[in-house]
Amino acid sequence: MADLGRGCLLLALAVCVYGIGASLYGVRSGRLEFSESGRRAVYALAGILTVAFAVLEVAFLRNDFAFNTVADTSSRTTPAFYRAAAVWSSQEGSLLLWAWLLSLWASLALFLTRRRMREVAAYATAILLGFGGFFVSLMVFYATPFQTTSPAPAEGAGLDPLLRFPTMMIHPPMLYSGYTLCTIPLAFGMGALLARRVDAEWIRATRRFAFAAWLFLGMGILLGARWSYSELGWGGYWGWDAVENASLMPWLTGTAFLHSLMIQEKRGMLKVWNVSLVLATGTLAIMGTFLVRSGILNSIHAFGGATLGVPFVVLIGVLIAGSIYLVVSRRDMLRSEHRLDSLLSRESIFLANNLVLVGLCFVIFWGTYFPLISEAVTGREASVGPPWFDRYTVPLALVLVLLSGIGPVIAWRRATLANARRHFLAPTALALLTLLALLAAGVQEKPLAIAMFCCGAFVFASIGGEFFRGARARRAMAHEALPVALAALVRRNRRRYGGYIVHVGMAVLFIGVAASSSFQHASELGLSPGQSTRVGAYSIRYVRPTATITPRYDAAHTGSTLSLGAVLDVTKRGHHVATLLPSEGYYASEEASQGTVGSLIGGQPVSHVSMDAGISRDVWTAIEPDIETPTLQRIVSVGNRTLPPEDAVVAIGYLARSYLQHPPPAQFHFIVSPLVMWIWIGGLIVFGGGLIAIWPAPSVVRRRVSMRLRARAAHGLARA
Amino acid sequence: MDPARKRTVRLTVALSAAVVLASALIYTSFSAASPALSPSQLVHEAQPGRSYQLTGTVVDGSVHREGAVLHFGVEDRVGGTTIPIAYTGTVPDPFREGREVIVTVEKQGGAFIGERDSLITKCPSKYKTAPPSEKQNY
Repeated sequence: MADLGRGCLLLALAVCVYGIGASLYGVRSGRLEFSESGRRAVYALAGILTVAFAVLEVAFLRNDFAFNTVADTSSRTTPAFYRAAAVWSSQEGSLLLWAWLLSLWASLALFLTRRRMREVAAYATAILLGFGGFFVSLMVFYATPFQTTSPAPAEGAGLDPLLRFPTMMIHPPMLYSGYTLCTIPLAFGMGALLARRVDAEWIRATRRFAFAAWLFLGMGILLGARWSYSELGWGGYWGWDAVENASLMPWLTGTAFLHSLMIQEKRGMLKVWNVSLVLATGTLAIMGTFLVRSGILNSIHAFGGATLGVPFVVLIGVLIAGSIYLVVSRRDMLRSEHRLDSLLSRESIFLANNLVLVGLCFVIFWGTYFPLISEAVTGREASVGPPWFDRYTVPLALVLVLLSGIGPVIAWRRATLANARRHFLAPTALALLTLLALLAAGVQEKPLAIAMFCCGAFVFASIGGEFFRGARARRAMAHEALPVALAALVRRNRRRYGGYIVHVGMAVLFIGVAASSSFQHASELGLSPGQSTRVGAYSIRYVRPTATITPRYDAAHTGSTLSLGAVLDVTKRGHHVATLLPSEGYYASEEASQGTVGSLIGGQPVSHVSMDAGISRDVWTAIEPDIETPTLQRIVSVGNRTLPPEDAVVAIGYLARSYLQHPPPAQFHFIVSPLVMWIWIGGLIVFGGGLIAIWPAPSVVRRRVSMRLRARAAHGLARA
Repeated sequence: MDPARKRTVRLTVALSAAVVLASALIYTSFSAASPALSPSQLVHEAQPGRSYQLTGTVVDGSVHREGAVLHFGVEDRVGGTTIPIAYTGTVPDPFREGREVIVTVEKQGGAFIGERDSLITKCPSKYKTAPPSEKQNY
């Protein structure tokens, strides 16, 4: 099977090289059949990589430990669901996933543009195959997923327990889809520059892909935040970690592009800016992959090896140099057709939003790469922490949310005072009302959080007003009921109203972030059974310890050998609120030096968080039991001396019973944060709005169908 | 004012604002940054009231808890100087004796206090690539 996989990779590399040559020769010599063949090479690449991916997936599901990646990242005790997801936990597997997704998305993009922009598409084909070839050669020469060992080990090391979390199944594919989709507008943008066809057509052709990239990347980021919150034992969802930042940067420039492209479509302005944003987004996406795969920066996500730095630096260097050369050499073609008429217009609000987004991206870029910058400038590595990031990003985020309420309703070209009064009176009033209500309710600290609530209120009123005016107009014309009118409004203009829903979702999300980061109560302390503590308005009592043994009975279904936890009783003013069961899972380590018993639980322990999530607040708990007491250690060392491997689990059972009978004090981490749930709800609203905006409008579908009918009719006529 | 001149003024104002903001950003990043040091460097260079990013290995047998405070020693990768740390906050799951950690510390009096929730543990050896001694087919 490994030979099939290796063969696929070699064939894929050959296909990439052929496709690049064919497309470039075709477009240069004007022989279309060659560029056509180049496009088909992308389809072939997708087919070949699908087979390669399937081979690896089957190896994981069948526990084929002859494959080194399977032996390193999976095991028989890893539950089947997580074995399937373990494919992309290794460096090699994630490279294959990247290349495979790239080939699929590229095939779709090139299929949809097969009858248009032949020259641009031919260059884009060559560039996309260049990316494909890059990743395939990494797998052929540096990190092959199909490396095997003979004889095969009897058991693998197991999937990193931290990754045993349900969203592991969709978080990496979403993020990688986002990254790979970012390269499609980049390829078409570069193609348009190379072919000297820089009108709005390439933008129209790749707009939907830019939007899809934005949507997938955003959801990937959000799922990562969710994983961090509910799986890592620190209770936060964002830590300004290098890998998080790496995914956020292309998302920010992508967001800027989605707004500024509307100005190019409507008014023929900002062409240099747009093409630069597209090139920057694609390059940042590749840099994001590089950051994860090179290990140049310290990150909690350092799951991969650190061997791929040099090839990536070369690729990024080529991308940046190529982008700058293309934009500079084509600058005459990229002249604006119009000038900005007024500072009070939708164009200038979009421009402001672009500047804020790019400014945010710059802040994050500087902070993320600061260790490298500092080493280059001062000769010493230094890093900036979350407070530095917060100092700049929080005010910028406030401005951004405010602009997301102004942009949709302000007039194009030049807004008049009457227009401003009509659209902004109610939102401003609601924002002020929110401020007064908060002050009256006694919320007087945290001015930035209060400002965010007011900005959120402004956005709700402004966008609500836009929906209301649209629906009222439809009701007046078509005499429809309000819900029907609203649905028809959205259906008729999906991109616009989908975008508005995204704005509402983002405002909800930011309100959740502001509230949960500013008004949370946290406590870390040791408790013995029977003791209790207060966290915010809640009282939490450690009722009794819990213990489960053997992977089969692991309460969290992640395959831990031993799981020690607690039953916690949460009350508020004497009323029972919830019973929570946080635990810590101990996994087998395969390290013989720890002894027969010690190696069963000597792997990495992982917290299993337990929380009571609610609309108004989350009560979040994690436990760190003390397994190193003399009594428990004695059981392990006696077991190590006396028990053969097949009976070692008996000692684990004994250890669990001893823990239950004489529980030592355990260390707890409690957090009560308000409105966290609204971060995830906001994310879902954004996702829903994004889907509405991206869905093909009915008229396009109809036009496509009618074109096909017309073509068939013409064909019939010709035959007759 | 004619439109061309107006645009030039506008552009100059916008660019100056951008330059001022970028300078502030760059200045604060250098002044707020914590230098990354090894234990032997930290012993010589630490000044009270400034924070440093300490990188090193957790000393075997040095980890113990007193209430909410976790005490552990960090030594150079090659051994030698050991720095005792008193840390409060979240302890990452992979934290163990003998593993490489990064923690932001501040010198207070003669002791080093770990900044809350700043402890990062590098991945355990188990997840590294296989040693070259293994027989490989490819």
